[in-house]
Amino acid sequence: MRFTCDTSSRTPIYRQLIEQVRSGVARGRLLPGERLPSVRQLSRELVVNPNTIARAYTELERDGTLITQQGRGVFVAEPRNDLTKRARQRHLEEQLEQLIVEAVHLGFSADEFVALLHKRMEQFAFPSSSPSEASS
Amino acid sequence: MTDVIRTDGLTKFYGTKCVVNRLNLRIQQGQVYGFLGRNGAGKSTTIKMLMGMVQPDSGGAELLGESITDMKPETRGRIAYIAEGHPLYNWMTVAEAVRFSRSFHRQWNNTLAEQILDHFELPRKRKLRRLSNGQRAQVSLAIAVAPEPELLILDDPTLGLDTVVRRDFLESLIQIIQREGRTILFSSHILGDVERVADRIGVMVDGVLRVDCPTDHFRESVKKLVLDFAGPAPEDFTCPGLVNSWNLGSQLELVLVGYDEEQRAAVESLEPRNIEIVDLNLEEAFIEYTRGRRRSLPFLAQETGDDQSTRDQGAA
Repeated sequence: MRFTCDTSSRTPIYRQLIEQVRSGVARGRLLPGERLPSVRQLSRELVVNPNTIARAYTELERDGTLITQQGRGVFVAEPRNDLTKRARQRHLEEQLEQLIVEAVHLGFSADEFVALLHKRMEQFAFPSSSPSEASS
Repeated sequence: MTDVIRTDGLTKFYGTKCVVNRLNLRIQQGQVYGFLGRNGAGKSTTIKMLMGMVQPDSGGAELLGESITDMKPETRGRIAYIAEGHPLYNWMTVAEAVRFSRSFHRQWNNTLAEQILDHFELPRKRKLRRLSNGQRAQVSLAIAVAPEPELLILDDPTLGLDTVVRRDFLESLIQIIQREGRTILFSSHILGDVERVADRIGVMVDGVLRVDCPTDHFRESVKKLVLDFAGPAPEDFTCPGLVNSWNLGSQLELVLVGYDEEQRAAVESLEPRNIEIVDLNLEEAFIEYTRGRRRSLPFLAQETGDDQSTRDQGAA
């Protein structure tokens, strides 16, 4: 997967990288266990200060998307869920709510909305069934 | 962290005009510092004072822990400087310019210089006056980097370069940054470049350092607010951190620095129908900030974890 950076965007560069990695994982373009370019490599490739890349990687490690293996590099982590299913569902429902508000305001019917949703979903790699409840 | 650049009340007058006003700049080892400001804001004068080319009227500065007024030649040799416009002796060839510069330095990594010249495919026997602006910039970069300096000071190094050469130049800069412990101070007007390479930025306005903080912190703290009103928008709104405001009939546009709860409460007390908060990119944030009502500009500084970094230009 190729990363990009756009300095005219209102999103800071480290945020752009975080979004690209998260989106890449969700779309199945980045698979668990896959190795990402090192901070130095990506810094040269994108012509961006290495600290900016490191900041994005650190944040992605903190949220569990990436994992660093000492001396081996940075990898896409196995999916894990620290939150309970209920908490995750609540989070998703909040996001959905905003989306539906927007759809209604833009004048889409329920059928059109669902059809669009299905179409977009084809581009993403959903887990086959919901992972079991986290013990924590 | 050690301060590689440290100025204390550095001041310069040209005639009666104070072009650099009690500047207290601290740049730590390993930092890449983007030095910003509009033309005439005092960036070049500051850099020239650091390099000993302009005498300060008061205050002083230290580079690598040594005062600029009595710096040992060995210390000077650990600092590289690229002047605005890449001035070089035009009658020399590329090879002659490199050999000439080499004679001033105790330490000189010729492999590195050759690598850079090769990378840019610079013809060694070509006279400098026959090179393009971009090629002259590349020669001066090779010469500046060859002594493996600990501190690089670049005065608007990408001025007048085309987009592709500029990107090449930045790539080289990134490679220099990746060598451990290098500190870089560079001035620029191209905010996209600054966002790519700078950890931290300083903004000079009329000789005063008004902003000194991490790059992302600056852009995130400058916000534009668009307020909609049922009737005419109120006149004469003011609150701490207000940089600029425009009354557009039933809309009020505000540019605020360090947007926080206090400002939000002040804005909400106007009882607008709607408040839209617009994020800005670095260039937009810079423009909004520097073209504002200059006298009333709020200061923006953030601790670097070092008590020395607290700015006191507020009195200026």
